[in-house]
Amino acid sequence: MKKTIFSLVASALVFASVPVFAGGGAVLEPPQHPWSFEGVTGKFDKQQLQRGFQVYKEVCSTCHALSKIAFRNLSDLGYSEDELKALAGQYKVIDGPNDAGDMFERPARPSDIIPGPFANEKAARAANGGAYPLDLSLIAKARHDGSNYVRALLMGYENAPHDMKMPDGMYYNKYFAGHQIAMPSPFSDGAVDYQDNSPETVQQYATDVAAFLTWAAEPKLETRKALGLRVMTFLLSLTVLLYLYKRKVWKDVKGH
Amino acid sequence: MATKKTSSSHPAADAPKDPTKRDFLAMASGAVAVAGAAGAAWPLLDSLRPAADVLALSTTEVDLSKIPVGQSLTVMWRGKPVFVKHRTEEEIAAAKDVNISQLPDPETDDVRVKKPEWLVTVGVCTHLGCVPTGQGMTDNKGEFNGWFCPCHGSAYDTSGRIRKGPAPKNLVVPPYAFLNDTTIKIG
Amino acid sequence: MASTVYNPNTKGWKEWLDHRLPVFTFMDHELNKYPTPKNLNYWWNFGSLAGITLVIMIMTGLFLAMHYTSSTTLAFNSVERIMRDVNGGWLIRYVHANGASMFFMVVYIHIFRGLYFGSYKPPREVLWALGVVIFLLMMATAFMGYVLPWGQMSFWGATVITNLFSAIPVIGDTIVTWLWGGFSVDNPTLTRFFALHFLMPFLIVGVVILHIVALHRFGSNNPLGIDIKEKKDTIPFHPYYTIKDMYGLGVFLCIWAAFVFYAPNYLGHPDNYTPANPMVTPAHIVPEWYFLPFYAILRAVDFNIPLGFYTIEAKLGGVIAMFGSILVLFALPWLDKHPVRSARFRPYYKWIYWTWIIAFVTLGQTGALLPDQPFYFIFFGHEVSFGIKTITVAQISTFWYFFVFLGVMPILSKIEPVKALPYSISNPVLTAKEGK
Repeated sequence: MKKTIFSLVASALVFASVPVFAGGGAVLEPPQHPWSFEGVTGKFDKQQLQRGFQVYKEVCSTCHALSKIAFRNLSDLGYSEDELKALAGQYKVIDGPNDAGDMFERPARPSDIIPGPFANEKAARAANGGAYPLDLSLIAKARHDGSNYVRALLMGYENAPHDMKMPDGMYYNKYFAGHQIAMPSPFSDGAVDYQDNSPETVQQYATDVAAFLTWAAEPKLETRKALGLRVMTFLLSLTVLLYLYKRKVWKDVKGH
Repeated sequence: MATKKTSSSHPAADAPKDPTKRDFLAMASGAVAVAGAAGAAWPLLDSLRPAADVLALSTTEVDLSKIPVGQSLTVMWRGKPVFVKHRTEEEIAAAKDVNISQLPDPETDDVRVKKPEWLVTVGVCTHLGCVPTGQGMTDNKGEFNGWFCPCHGSAYDTSGRIRKGPAPKNLVVPPYAFLNDTTIKIG
Repeated sequence: MASTVYNPNTKGWKEWLDHRLPVFTFMDHELNKYPTPKNLNYWWNFGSLAGITLVIMIMTGLFLAMHYTSSTTLAFNSVERIMRDVNGGWLIRYVHANGASMFFMVVYIHIFRGLYFGSYKPPREVLWALGVVIFLLMMATAFMGYVLPWGQMSFWGATVITNLFSAIPVIGDTIVTWLWGGFSVDNPTLTRFFALHFLMPFLIVGVVILHIVALHRFGSNNPLGIDIKEKKDTIPFHPYYTIKDMYGLGVFLCIWAAFVFYAPNYLGHPDNYTPANPMVTPAHIVPEWYFLPFYAILRAVDFNIPLGFYTIEAKLGGVIAMFGSILVLFALPWLDKHPVRSARFRPYYKWIYWTWIIAFVTLGQTGALLPDQPFYFIFFGHEVSFGIKTITVAQISTFWYFFVFLGVMPILSKIEPVKALPYSISNPVLTAKEGK
């Protein structure tokens, strides 16, 4: 028995010291926001996602594409089919070739991907002084602690320290690796008109759009957590049953 | 992996002291495990159904103004050809002038069209899935002046109804709606 | 194998079939009558767990393959389509991706158990060697599977690992070009990796069958490390170990599911959600956690090794050390010739074993850090650092990793006293008799 405890403790120590990925050194850990989608029963706040989408649409989308999201996906945010059709109708997409062999523009449909601001990466770079505005579809998963990172970054603009010389077209951001970011601070208070009574502040915009981008990166999060609860309950019950059965079967074995 | 208890030559396994409890636990954990295995298999099989993006693309719009009377257009809908036929007066008359009780799959022409001059059918033979000929001006339209399936010789009339050959059903009319006088949306 | 004739009480089709194809005789012999030591502890669950994990991986992998497209322009999006549009696709992918980690966790414990209880010793040398083959195949499979999503880590992992072969003198570059099917990791590389990633699990299945055949030749080792002496030392595999394995499986699936549903990306790297970009290497490329110890050994050799007649350059030295760290396992039964199997009855080896485990885990941590940064690890939430450079820690650990096998074990074989061993499994009175 002593041996078993010895080996169990030893293994516990071994696995308690899990490897930690190397950080970038000077990068600040983003402040932790209490998201509605955190935790075992986490759910998206649809009102917040709609506000976040509004922020994306009115501000971010001038430079950033969202290439994995079709209009139909936005029904997750609580929009009706008619609202989505109307929304899609505001965008033009290139389709074709038609019978004459020409590409043509038509109003977008719900099944279309939300059109990005640029035709391709080269065009995006040309319009942004050589910098490439990232596709935001997966940004919340493509960064460590993504939701908090996106929120912090959008609130992290400051004046550069005196000893730091900022090149032209670069801005100081305390949460960005290296602190020099080509994206200027995108928000100012009141820049986006919310339909509900939420405060129209940079902090609120940053929080809402970070929530929206978390949904964009992991649209199945709610489904996953809800199913997880059922699967875990099932597996734990099964395991308890199996344990009792195992104990019963082994009761007769002597010298064990 | 099966928790089912099979016969064992070992005495310890065959002599449970409390058979009711052993049986209950065996059956309960066995049943739950089987349910779990079935539950685990479900998402795998479910993943083979059409995905969300496939379902979202399942409508096709057709501009009818480009199809002269007497001609047909083939459009793609859900990966299958759809025949859109601008029927002539004679073809409409021929379609209506049929004693449907004689047909393998009795349907009047009226229930198969929304407007008599436009016949919209899925261009797949109901026998084994070949595409019948008859869309082109010079195609073999078969004995009944509609479509003719080259695979096994099924002949369809100007209403897309099966008249002769091995196919059991009429050409399927897909769900469609007139958006305006010259545009239909299939699906 | 079937020297005993299956004598079921059943008649009819079972008897008819068994006469022609002895499946029931086989099952009865290998599962029902198969005598198993009655003292196996829970560390013996991990073999069957590994087998079941392999089946789950093949099942989920098969269905993922039905939705995946192995083309550099489509791969990333096809994975995202699985995550977003395919019914339950996110679940299948997360089970598969986390399954790789679960598989390695189980197999590592399985290997460590074998090391502790001397399961590699005669007459189980071939059983052990087949296990090492499975481990190597698993590593190759996992590596190629990680390339398939075609994210930044996929691409740069593939680039770095295939470039290892360029260390081979003279023909290295030719081999790398051959592996790539071009002049960089590109579409031909991706498609062949997909084909091989699909094939290799079935090779693993084949070697697993051999592994089980070899196991059933002499039966399981046990925590006492002594041979079965009498009938009452054993119990039939079924129902005792089937139900015990099922219970272990239940616990294991709970852990797996917890990752899938509540931390599906915890064991992955965020950079792999950025599409592969051959023009930009991410700031820190790290392999998946299960490769970190070997990655650390690779990097630990940062010096040339002069042999007098030939100088092994650091790059080649690292590659040799990395492959050597696994290949040395094949030689283990001949490096450790101590007659006692179980570390429970080996006063010195028991401690050496744990120092080796610590060296291995330390290597894992050094693999995650940059070579020049100070070594640290998180211990129950606290950062522990001794101000030593990571590369130095990696070198010490690498040395110990090899020295335990090549130095300590042969010496212990000669000097470690043979203590009293239990007489038998069912009669655990210590005797001075050897366990052999």
